Amino acid sequence: MAKRTLFGAVATLLVIAAAYANFFVAPTERTMGLIQRIFYFHAATAWAGEMVFFLCFVANLLYIWKRRDQYDWLGVACAEVGLACITIVLITGPIWAHPVWGIWWTWDARLTSTFVLWLLYVSYLLLRTLIEEPGRRALLSALFGVFAFLDVPLVFFSIRWWRTQHPAPVIMGGSGSGLDPIMSKVFFFNVFVMHLFAAFLIVERYILEKLRHDVDVLQREAGAQ
Amino acid sequence: MSLLSNTSVLLGKELRTEFRSRELLITTCVFIIIVLVLFSFTVNPGTEQARQFAPGLLWLAILFAASLMFQSCFLREQVNDTLSSLRLAVAEPFSIFLAKLVANTLFLLLTELIMLPIFAAFYNIPVLPNFPVLVLVLFVGSLGIAVTGTAISAISAQARMRELLLPLLLLPLLTPVLVVSSIVTAGLLDRDPVVQWRGIAFLGVFDLIFLTALWLFGQYLLEE
Amino acid sequence: MTATTLPPTGLRFDNIDKRYGGLYALRRVSLEIAPGECVVLAGRNGSGKTTLLRIAAQIVLPTAGELMFPGAAPNTPNGRPGYVAHATMVYDELSAEENLVLFAKLQNVDNPAARAEDLLREVGLFERRDSLVRTFSRGMRQRIAIARALIHRPSVLLFDEPATGLDPLGITWLAHVLREMHRAGGTILMSLHGESEISAFATRAVHIDAGKIIADTNTGGASLHSILTFGAA
Repeated sequence: MAKRTLFGAVATLLVIAAAYANFFVAPTERTMGLIQRIFYFHAATAWAGEMVFFLCFVANLLYIWKRRDQYDWLGVACAEVGLACITIVLITGPIWAHPVWGIWWTWDARLTSTFVLWLLYVSYLLLRTLIEEPGRRALLSALFGVFAFLDVPLVFFSIRWWRTQHPAPVIMGGSGSGLDPIMSKVFFFNVFVMHLFAAFLIVERYILEKLRHDVDVLQREAGAQ
Repeated sequence: MSLLSNTSVLLGKELRTEFRSRELLITTCVFIIIVLVLFSFTVNPGTEQARQFAPGLLWLAILFAASLMFQSCFLREQVNDTLSSLRLAVAEPFSIFLAKLVANTLFLLLTELIMLPIFAAFYNIPVLPNFPVLVLVLFVGSLGIAVTGTAISAISAQARMRELLLPLLLLPLLTPVLVVSSIVTAGLLDRDPVVQWRGIAFLGVFDLIFLTALWLFGQYLLEE
Repeated sequence: MTATTLPPTGLRFDNIDKRYGGLYALRRVSLEIAPGECVVLAGRNGSGKTTLLRIAAQIVLPTAGELMFPGAAPNTPNGRPGYVAHATMVYDELSAEENLVLFAKLQNVDNPAARAEDLLREVGLFERRDSLVRTFSRGMRQRIAIARALIHRPSVLLFDEPATGLDPLGITWLAHVLREMHRAGGTILMSLHGESEISAFATRAVHIDAGKIIADTNTGGASLHSILTFGAA
């Protein structure tokens, strides 16, 4: 318990440190000005979200193969944390884009596949609420998770090759490309911090799911008597 | 080879059942007509604007129709628990899926071909130039819709609110199919038609990936 | 029923567990049924009878433990058990004959059309062979369900409360079917409520409660009668 609290405290402090670095350490960007600072947080969260998504996929595969409840708990923890990350990305993106390019949204490859990913996460979690029996719920959502993971690259490339005809503003790309050295350090610090914070949230959510399972077992045993 | 023989026997059953009542085909055709009519209220039919939007609207109508059509796919096996007797009888569980997805592709394609003249009339778009390629595009697109639709139908049949759940799970997955199919179809129906083989190949890859996934994981979808 | 003798096949459950979430439907169930035995499974509703039968039918996979059919030749149609439950497991939109031919073909039965016809005559549905199953009465549905289960000449038969909803005539007919199977050397496992014409020729009874076997006439200490009537309580 103490370890978890320490982990959480450290992760939160690091997030605050990263925020400080974003506003006071990183130099102001020449063309975009102040709004560009949101990029560190936004892109770092995007990377963390993609990592979490991959971890969810691995958990799904492991559950289908091994059928251990722990993989199911990991899967749902990753899905919820991943959804949170993607939601942040989808909100901070337009906040950055509007003052810079004058538009809230564009259907380029990265944005579209991120949005579809968001939809798939939501569907995954919704599917789980609609299946009562824990074993069925775990298996069916894991199977859907696998299908969803296979789909996302297909979404990305379908838009990249067929929809991006005219030059579109690169809203979420350009991370780390030719960045000033201080900016680069701040950016990678953010990446590290967001991954750590996501890991902390996943651990907490996993433990919550385990506790729910234990309560469920106890209730059923009590009810059977 | 037991997979092929089981699949052909089951496919025969699927086709016989549907062509006896034709209820699925008829209701799906009517639904697509309604959707195409409704869409035509949102654009000015016969104009350049309509010509631009029509292929996308056609595929949108097909997607919506598919998410209705596939509802019954595994639900009809629950009525008398025939899924259990099928699982007992077949040597290869994948044959159950293969038969259903082939049947679903055929039903979808048949519906589309019936709808094509109506679509051409509503939006004033000639569909006969490059007709074989158009059928090919309809086929690879419909196959992708059927493969994912059959898998998702197996999933949603085991959950609550299945009528709403199936489109919710299926439609986001089919984004690539919608994007590429409508662009390739638009190219074919343009005043200066162009055949985008790359797009057709992409749809083929989509089909292959999900067919493989269904082959690998299908048996788990049927488990109890 | 069929004049041919069936290859002797037993049924063995080895430490079977079946878990649904946190709840165990079956807990370390071990049961050995010898070829040719006719075993009645008795127990309250929810005791695990249906789960055990569905595991034997290989429709449900056990969470732990093994299921074996000692004596079954691998990859032959009659290695697979015949399973009859409350649902007919045939298609309402197909005719009786179409259903039987379908299941015969799927299981690689020789001469499926002839086999289907034979079975229809034996269950007394030959006159209605072209009628859709949707039009059948409960008794007729039970007959077509049994025909479907027997189409591949299984050595092992699994029945889940087969007498439910049958009138006395139907029950007599069912008892006749079971007697013929037993005579041909088939192994039968069936779940029943109470004593009846059907339980009359059972050779053994097993009492299951809360997912565990609590009595077995084989191990002594309980008689057929006591298990059957206790189970009906």
